[in-house]
Amino acid sequence: MKIAIVDESPARASIIEEGLVELDNREVFILTKREGLLAQIELIGPDIVLIDLGNPSRDVLEEYFAVSRALARPIAMFVDESDDAAIAASIDAGVSAYVVDGLSSNRIRPLLDLAVRRFNAFARLQSDLVEAKGKLAERELIDKAKRILMDSRRVTEPEAYGELRRKAMSSSKKIVDIAEAVVTAAELMGDN
Amino acid sequence: MASGELTIGFLPLVDACLPILAHEHGFAEDEGVKLSFVKDVSWATVLDRLLYGHTDAAHMLAPLAIATTLGLGRPAQKLVAPFVLGLNGNGVTLAKVLAEKIATPGAYANPVTLGAKLKVEAAERKAAGRKLRFGVVHRYSSHNHKLRYWLAASGIRPDEDVEILTVAPPFVADALASGEIDGACVGEPWNSLCVERDVGTIVLATAQIWRRGVEKVLAMREARLDELRPQTEGLIRAMRRAGKHFVDPENFALNARILARQSYLDADEKLIARAISDRLVLTHGANPVHFPDFMFQHSEAANFPWVSQAAWLYSQMVRWDQLSFDSSDAEKARQVFRPDIYRSALSDTGDDLPAANSKVEGSVTQLTQVGTQQGSITLSANSFFDGRTFDPEAVESYLDALP
Repeated sequence: MKIAIVDESPARASIIEEGLVELDNREVFILTKREGLLAQIELIGPDIVLIDLGNPSRDVLEEYFAVSRALARPIAMFVDESDDAAIAASIDAGVSAYVVDGLSSNRIRPLLDLAVRRFNAFARLQSDLVEAKGKLAERELIDKAKRILMDSRRVTEPEAYGELRRKAMSSSKKIVDIAEAVVTAAELMGDN
Repeated sequence: MASGELTIGFLPLVDACLPILAHEHGFAEDEGVKLSFVKDVSWATVLDRLLYGHTDAAHMLAPLAIATTLGLGRPAQKLVAPFVLGLNGNGVTLAKVLAEKIATPGAYANPVTLGAKLKVEAAERKAAGRKLRFGVVHRYSSHNHKLRYWLAASGIRPDEDVEILTVAPPFVADALASGEIDGACVGEPWNSLCVERDVGTIVLATAQIWRRGVEKVLAMREARLDELRPQTEGLIRAMRRAGKHFVDPENFALNARILARQSYLDADEKLIARAISDRLVLTHGANPVHFPDFMFQHSEAANFPWVSQAAWLYSQMVRWDQLSFDSSDAEKARQVFRPDIYRSALSDTGDDLPAANSKVEGSVTQLTQVGTQQGSITLSANSFFDGRTFDPEAVESYLDALP
């Protein structure tokens, strides 16, 4: 089975590819560039094309399929209608699939389920990354506030942190909010 | 008053303006409807989100709503269109070199004369083994239908003498720049972007091909519309108000600024203002040219979903997809357009409501009074450039007579 993965995000494409390792008898092709996409698809002749839902090339690809159907290479959008729940799950995950007619439903389902799992995994990774970036920014802000307190009050680092912490507890705020207030105040006073 | 929320899918095009402005100016809120928007760059994505419930309604190519209902290209799913988002608003842009050869850059061409010159050019290029290539936004788009209508009436066979391929609107300028295409039929602001980047020259407005041609519709799944009927009718009233605001010259600059935002079109406000004011710059550095009704979003009951418009679109699918005419498909196509819902939404507003649901398209060549439920409205010229008329009750004989 030839599987083409079309995704402008190479990271996501390779995460899906990784997931496909568990399938037997598959050849996987990854296409990340908009330029020359149809020529590559033509060359590969895939049995199934997995493409991210919002990919800008989807209309171009669908037109290609419509024309190939005229050339007696029928291609169905997604799976058959009875698989509506599977299609809905794939749309929710953000992946669409084009299947060459003749590939049986029982071969498509595991592939589609897998693609959905990998897409969801990628989405989780991304949100983890955003969270991690947020945490890093918080830590930098707290460090900055500590340095301001250490300089202006001549206190040690643990003492500066202790003050931030006490203020946060007494005002029911997060330490990072207090740190932000300290940094902003220092900037306003031209003290920094 | 209706109460509820609606999520609307759209592509970044100027003619997504009515739902966006209904939201931004508080007209929807006045109707008790809270709108939110989902932007995509492919029609396939807009359609998927609509069919699988990520959105309640969508800014959609009118022919695509019909094709989806008929099951062309994917399993059939019934869509309905209770509101036409606008008429025309698209342009034909040619690569600069080609435009210099067969048109007068800086002026709109005469479609008959330009068609004749293009025919010669197309024949030369075909003989040289390099057919002219045109980009359209989608197989089931009025862009494709109107471009083909014009080519065929000019003696150019769209599937034999030239090539027509799909190019997403935001990439049309790139495709012209790289020589991938020699011309395109696309909506705004993407023609203007070609001019701004000096890679193309606008030679025709689609309004020159069919003066009152149907463009985008508000599409919904039929079942979803039944569930959301009150807020859908509220949205229709809000979009009529938005249209009135949109066509008022006082508001051109403000509305261009709103549509230009990153969350909407994410495009140059100056280019958007050209389309809104019907004053496009046709070739780089030239003065704007006023073409009244380049876009037609409000007057003369422009948003009324005439069943005859749906019937014309079906006739063009039969024509170009080489389907055979099927009277039950024709009926299904007509039923996509829902004037009954439009009427119901506006019945107490005093807005113009045509007395009929269908008309002979292209038959109005001068100002004509048509009956409305309250009195009459005046429809101005609605003609096709070749003078043909379309009788929705006689689609087969219409198709037989076409080139």
